[in-house]
Amino acid sequence: MMSENILECRSLSKNYGNVQALKNVSLSMTRGKIVGLLGPNGSGKTTLIKLANGLLTPTSGEILIDGANPGVDTKKAVSYLTDCVCLPDWMTIDELISFFKSFYDNFNELKAYEMINNLNLDSGKKLKTLSKGNKEKVQLILAMSRDADLYLLDEPMGGVDPATRDYILNTIISNYNQNSTVVISTHLISDIEKILDEFIFINNGEIVMQDIVDNVRNEKGMSIDSLFREVFKC
Amino acid sequence: MDWKFSSDRAIYSQIVEQIKLFIVSGYFAKGDKIASVRELAADAGVNPNTMQKALTELERDGLLYSSRTSGRFITDDSELIASTKKEFADEKIADFLLSMKKLGYTRQESIQLIENYDIGGKDDE
Repeated sequence: MMSENILECRSLSKNYGNVQALKNVSLSMTRGKIVGLLGPNGSGKTTLIKLANGLLTPTSGEILIDGANPGVDTKKAVSYLTDCVCLPDWMTIDELISFFKSFYDNFNELKAYEMINNLNLDSGKKLKTLSKGNKEKVQLILAMSRDADLYLLDEPMGGVDPATRDYILNTIISNYNQNSTVVISTHLISDIEKILDEFIFINNGEIVMQDIVDNVRNEKGMSIDSLFREVFKC
Repeated sequence: MDWKFSSDRAIYSQIVEQIKLFIVSGYFAKGDKIASVRELAADAGVNPNTMQKALTELERDGLLYSSRTSGRFITDDSELIASTKKEFADEKIADFLLSMKKLGYTRQESIQLIENYDIGGKDDE
């Protein structure tokens, strides 16, 4: 059974002690979309993504993946790119690929090696010997090589050069399908807005705006990047 | 292909305009088969849904047509291509005349200036 909403939050809140990281967030995302989760540092982007992965539990409210609470089953459907390098760094790229292959039924090894080759990465090298940018590339390749329903990419391009960003964006465009949704959390808005269907502005744990990118460009005559600068002016 | 996007307008309408330019300039010849939505989207670096929306609009305008089995093609209709080209030309002329008006030239003076225009003694043909 497929739910229309691949991700849904209902009055979702998360507190860390006295700090309210998410406040009563309600939103939904449909399948077949690329969505930008955009907000300043500390706005709650990563908290939301971790809740969707079941790495955190809500203080109140609920979050649903394809209609179900995060758990073993939803983890099959969700491919998560963390904002830090959390993989065993003593492994070589080859070893990481076979590790992922044994871990996830929907991991596509051929796809992974195709991207490794396109980015001229040496798969015999250990992860810890790679540069920051190359580590990020390996992580993204591992995340995008799964045939998932929901891709949650937390800051996928922070440390890579502009040419590689283009390759990464192309990788995202060409790998997702009509039934899957890609959520990209970032503050590098101008780089990604051409590939977004929708965007969500989040600030201080609250959803400030959710809309379709071309609607904003049509109605306000401005890019999402300019709108962001206006809304979040310091 | 050389795609360029400005930040102040909807991306799908910019795609529509650029594909029209590819057609009227002959970069896409009439009757040619065009690439798939996914390939075009990757080439332009845009979302496939946005590319789809643009192609749908071009189909509605008759500049593209799709055949269920063999893909999507540029129209064979030379008159339609010619009138689309004329629309672009009219737009450019209107923009030009407006700029000249702001500089204080009348329409007649502007036409005269075009007649006498010459780049370093060479004709632009």
